[in-house]
Amino acid sequence: MHELAVCQELLRQVSEVADRRGATRVLRITVRMGPLSGVEPGLLKRAFTIARAGGIADRARLDIETEPVRIRCGICGEESETAPNRLRCPDCRSGPVSLVSGDALVLARVAMERPGAADGHAIDGEEARYV
Amino acid sequence: MCEDCGCGLTGHEHDTESVQVMRGLMEDNDRLAQHNREHFDAHGALVVNLMSSPGAGKTRLLEATVDAMADWLSIAVIEGDLETENDAARLRAKGVPAHQITTGSACHLDAAMVHEALHHMDLDGIDLVFIENVGNLVCPASFDLGQHLNAVLLSIAEGDDKPAKYPVMFRAADLVVLSKCDLLHAIPDFDPDRARHALADLGLAVPVIETAAGRATALEPWLAWLDHALDTHRARLGLHPVSVRNEPAAAGA
Repeated sequence: MHELAVCQELLRQVSEVADRRGATRVLRITVRMGPLSGVEPGLLKRAFTIARAGGIADRARLDIETEPVRIRCGICGEESETAPNRLRCPDCRSGPVSLVSGDALVLARVAMERPGAADGHAIDGEEARYV
Repeated sequence: MCEDCGCGLTGHEHDTESVQVMRGLMEDNDRLAQHNREHFDAHGALVVNLMSSPGAGKTRLLEATVDAMADWLSIAVIEGDLETENDAARLRAKGVPAHQITTGSACHLDAAMVHEALHHMDLDGIDLVFIENVGNLVCPASFDLGQHLNAVLLSIAEGDDKPAKYPVMFRAADLVVLSKCDLLHAIPDFDPDRARHALADLGLAVPVIETAAGRATALEPWLAWLDHALDTHRARLGLHPVSVRNEPAAAGA
């Protein structure tokens, strides 16, 4: 069950964001992930309730957005949604496929309470990056 | 109930903001893994991470590999287990430097554990490092350690549908080793072609080889794969090829 290790890294990143923005409390954390990340959403949620204790996110909610497994066929170019263990083009059944989505494991958003914050949305400036 | 904090009050305001981050959760591990890889490269060592279920024969394969190759190149081993030094002791008995990582309750190795192990290992003159991961077909797949290649073992006693059941692990493979193939006659339920088919369903074009670590001749495909990997790796680093497993001199030559 490596979800606890993933949670610890998640909370470390969340704390960094919260500290940098002067938040007093983290309310909601959104993780975006796919089935090929190797992380089980249910286990991640359970691990989260243990790992969050005592930190700035100790009452935060964890929302998980799952992305589907999508592949693109290298031969016919067809893009399709598929099961994690069926990474073959459903049309031509041959050829190499590339993964379009389904292996993400990303901290997507953090909602925080911050005195003086206008209720709104921002991109976490310095650290924002796409993986 | 308040949507933001679950505080039980309605109609109250929080000073809230929502920040978009989009940062990979394996980023720190991957950065440290890259650091490990640079360390291995600086020593010219090729690093192969072995993953499988418990009992698929990783340590046995390493013992047989050392027997076959240690005369021609220098091997070191990093062993990962929840408890005991048993596996490292088995490799040390073969004269190979072996560092045991005992993970306690952790079900996988991560880059930090390997980094720590490297502080206890002298890689000077080492050509080939094996990392024997914790026996587990799930968790180790998610953690880059700094290895160059992954070899995933599937012992034939486990069933030929394992790749369909554990796609994340098998997708990480650069080589799939069907191990204990000397038992194929006793386990007719295992069909190597079905295993290959399940692997092909994962979009994999990696080699699948059959071994039996107890039989020297059955190791040839594995040793040939290692030879090729060593040559490729050393060429990339601008190093001379290691003369691996030189053919025995012909009688009278």
